[in-house]
Amino acid sequence: MIVATAERSATRLQRDFAALRKDFPALQQLIHGKPLAYLDNAASSQSPTAVHEAMALQQRLHHSNVHRGVHQLSERSTAAYEGAREKVRRFINASSTTEIVFTRGTTESINLVAASFGQRLRAGDEVLITWLEHHSNIVPWQLLCERTGARLVVSPIRDDGSLDGAAFEQLLNERTRIVALAHVSNALGTLNPVAELVAKAHAAGAVVLVDGAQAVPHLRVDMQDLDCDFYAFSGHKMFGPTGTGVLYGKRAHLETMPPYQGGGDMILTVSFERSTYNALPYKFEAGTPNITGVVGLGAAVDYLESIDFAAVDAHEHALLERATERVLAEIPGARIVGTAARKASVLSFVVDGIHAHDLGTIVDREGVAIRTGHHCAMPVMERFGVAATARASFALYNNHDDVDRLLAGLQRAVEIFRG
Amino acid sequence: MDELQDLYREVILDHNRNPRNFGELADATRVVAGVNPLCGDKMTLYVKLADGRIQDIRFQGTGCAISVASSSLMTERVKGAPVAAALELFDKIHELLTAPHAHEPSADLDKLAALGGVREYPSRVKCASLAWHALKSAVADDQAGSVTTE
Repeated sequence: MIVATAERSATRLQRDFAALRKDFPALQQLIHGKPLAYLDNAASSQSPTAVHEAMALQQRLHHSNVHRGVHQLSERSTAAYEGAREKVRRFINASSTTEIVFTRGTTESINLVAASFGQRLRAGDEVLITWLEHHSNIVPWQLLCERTGARLVVSPIRDDGSLDGAAFEQLLNERTRIVALAHVSNALGTLNPVAELVAKAHAAGAVVLVDGAQAVPHLRVDMQDLDCDFYAFSGHKMFGPTGTGVLYGKRAHLETMPPYQGGGDMILTVSFERSTYNALPYKFEAGTPNITGVVGLGAAVDYLESIDFAAVDAHEHALLERATERVLAEIPGARIVGTAARKASVLSFVVDGIHAHDLGTIVDREGVAIRTGHHCAMPVMERFGVAATARASFALYNNHDDVDRLLAGLQRAVEIFRG
Repeated sequence: MDELQDLYREVILDHNRNPRNFGELADATRVVAGVNPLCGDKMTLYVKLADGRIQDIRFQGTGCAISVASSSLMTERVKGAPVAAALELFDKIHELLTAPHAHEPSADLDKLAALGGVREYPSRVKCASLAWHALKSAVADDQAGSVTTE
């Protein structure tokens, strides 16, 4: 496990990351007879043993419902579930656990805000998104605009995949009610200057939702620094289980927002005439939540808290740089899509004459898992004039061998296609 | 022959590099748009039907080697064929790609048997089948339309 220290040598770093790899049992297996090089972390990351054990324990011994029973098991489950909420609060430096709503994932978090906060939009209002967004940060706003008559406005990006800051500022105006933008682009890896963009949006009177799904496994995110109104992310991209996610919302907003779904746990009293709603954050958590999943998410947060993020950043960037250089130097006809100066560890690329799907199938036979396709970001693909890209995305457990294996797989593709 | 070579046989690579009957068909009587939502691949199939025959057929679009080769091989094979024969061929290809137990492809499939390589790659079956669904829609329906692999 990595311990935060001010100075460390490159060799020390390598050794620490090698040890850390052992925490992830999925990485110990053979795929098509070859060691797995898992480079699809932007889609979903592997989880450490600590997460599996926390979930197994919850399921085996403590399984029960939360917030209702007076019996021992329910008290344990409630303590574990609410304990995870406090872990998440601390992890993102939110002011209060009342600002942490558990959801199924980033997509549900965004839909919650669009459906609930969105009710105050009127015809003529504007929702400003960026060209970098994942479909989950486009379609909920499109649906909202269809319902309310508001207008969806898209802030353009430059040829390197970075947001055009001047255009963003020009598009902000007194009609802009909501700004929704990715912290890190899933398709290109572009890192947006979120704090700066939030300040500009606030100056124009808009509230800001940040899609943080790709940011939380790589960066320290701090709600006080970013000052965004909403921040959405998923458990399964930060070494936790699928089916878990978080919506952070500033208390002042959450308090005035109507419920998203109705059901148990989100009410105080129910009668056929009228119901009154529970306090935050329970108002937004109707029905029995994914208790085991949230316990796993809490364990994933513990794991991330034990790691020095500055070292992770250096490690992942070393892998990204090496992979970028080698793909360009060694794979004829390769082109990188998304070359912004500030990027997270995503390498999206195309190779002349070899479709991304064929690359994906061929490297898979070498034990290398990458994502190929449009990455749920069709407008981004359109912007760069490609139907699909191959995407290798790195996490803290990847190493230089993984990069070597990727290159060997790509060489194999070139041999097959070019003889 | 390893599994990759079985998938990317020479005939597939050749038809991917030099797709036959590629481009628009100005006097098409049927136009079908095919989409594979999984990967965003798109193809448009142009068919000119007359006297119960496929008089001419062309396709356009972007896709992986399997999808382009499948479209190219298909157009080469059904050009000039009676509609009934094309529909029969659809059934044979469908069986080749998806039948639960592998068996020797019937001899009359000829070059098309190369498409059977996708059987070992479940996520790629749709790449091979898209063109054939578009063909079926083009010749079987009264109206032009669109198909997806979903």
